[in-house]
Amino acid sequence: MCFPAKIINFNHILMGKLFGSSLAQKLVMALAGFFLILFLLVHLSINLLLLGDNPETFNRAAAFMSGFWLVKIFEVVLIGGLLIHIIMGITLQIQNWIARPTRYKKRYPSQTSFFSKYMIWTGGIVFIFLFIHFLNFWFVRLGFVEGDHHNFYGMAHQLFSYMGYNIIYWISFLILGFHLHHAFQSAFQTFGLNNRKCTPVIKTIGIIYSILVPLGFALIPFVIYFFK
Amino acid sequence: MKITLDIWRQKSPNDKGKFVRYELDGVSKEMTFLEMLDYLNDKLIKAGDEPVAFDSDCREGICGTCGLFINGRPNGPVKGITTCQLNMSVFKDGDTITVEPFRAKAFPVIKDLIVDRSSFDKLIQSGGFISVNTGAAPEANSIPIKKEIAERAFDAGICIGCGSCVAACKNASAMLFVSAKISQLALLPQGQTEAKERVRTMIREMDRLGFGNCTNTGACEAECPKEISLWNIAKMNREYYKATLG
Ligand code: HEM
Ligand code: SF4
Ligand code: FES
Repeated sequence: MCFPAKIINFNHILMGKLFGSSLAQKLVMALAGFFLILFLLVHLSINLLLLGDNPETFNRAAAFMSGFWLVKIFEVVLIGGLLIHIIMGITLQIQNWIARPTRYKKRYPSQTSFFSKYMIWTGGIVFIFLFIHFLNFWFVRLGFVEGDHHNFYGMAHQLFSYMGYNIIYWISFLILGFHLHHAFQSAFQTFGLNNRKCTPVIKTIGIIYSILVPLGFALIPFVIYFFK
Repeated sequence: MKITLDIWRQKSPNDKGKFVRYELDGVSKEMTFLEMLDYLNDKLIKAGDEPVAFDSDCREGICGTCGLFINGRPNGPVKGITTCQLNMSVFKDGDTITVEPFRAKAFPVIKDLIVDRSSFDKLIQSGGFISVNTGAAPEANSIPIKKEIAERAFDAGICIGCGSCVAACKNASAMLFVSAKISQLALLPQGQTEAKERVRTMIREMDRLGFGNCTNTGACEAECPKEISLWNIAKMNREYYKATLG
């Protein structure tokens, strides 16, 4: 065998067992997903500054976010986490489709979590939104796309004055809410945390989070479009 | 009462298979679901047709061989029972009942409604042994176990290996079954010596056999005839992290 074949087990890669086992993959995915959940809180608090009348506050926050070295490291981890989450999600899903080659003719909709059945689709829609989002902001900063990266405040206000963009934005966050509704509590189950005391609390926090955070994001273009 | 049955017929593992419709008159509410199938087979044999192949053994909910996918769910519409414990009294005159084999890559169809569940045997074998002395039954009180732990282990231990969890799961995942075995032994002192090795090999075997990956939908827990809890899956996750990371 040639050299790389010795370090990389191609058989494992083909079987999608890059990280050793399905459980290990799931853990990595849940960790990455949970990291994204925490990041969304930071992101939301910065976005809320857009509602202020002073562009400086937001632009300074945005500049701080892009200038500070710790944030730079954080950014790499964040993008890495997102990629890992997506790649793991898709591989696991493909294996799951393969695991049931013949479908049932009749399927009773089980009483269990509704959104848990559509994670790959809600995730996919969130992915499409993220692509548009990166096109708008992140790629501008990297210089891939034209725009003024010193004035994200202006850019955001401009985008939010288009109803078409707002509709895409609102739908995306509704779908993200669906994704998070299952994702939040699912991550804790994957971490192995499940007991009579904590689980009901986790589920409640998950529901509150999956409603309030997307709602918070959605509120910003609403206020800008109708009241500014 | 009169029942219409849509039953999966497949001559052999490689046959394509199809649904065949049977109109069955004279079904009584007192029959169990399997007795109704026996009754159908009686009629088929008398008419010179091939009877519908299905599995059963104990017919009292303890062996786990009988599982069928009835009207879109394992073991039919009643919660917490096996297929053999399902009674025809839950159906009405004129009902149409769809009967399918459990579907999973790891459970290939052998004939009609019978699937090969030897992948579960392989999983159990991969779990290995526990180190206890053989011979006379040990004194029950020599190893004290807290009541709560004993109950948890018992709740996991009642899994009958029927495969309803795999059948119900949208990912055809065997996590509930494997976790019931793992956590039963991991909870008890007798299972400690091999605990790490056991969880590692059983997970490896589970992946190798082609079961899907758990996405915590909870369909398994909802359809399990023994109502094995998702708690066991979380426990198994912890055991696995301990065995691989720690
Ligand atoms: C901001 C964006 C996102 C966040 C915060 C997020 C968060 C999460 C979390 C915490 C889980 C639960 C993981 C587990 O229990 O194992 C999850 C599951 C999942 N995510 Fe995401 N996700 C995001 C975007 C995406 C994207 C873009 C995709 C794919 C294209 C995706 C696909 C999936 C899939 C398929 C699952 C189900 C796997 C499972 O439940 O085990 N997600 N997500
Ligand atoms: S966990 Fe429940 S559904 Fe799965 S094999 Fe055991 S008894 Fe059957
Ligand atoms: S035949 Fe034994 S459980 Fe149904």
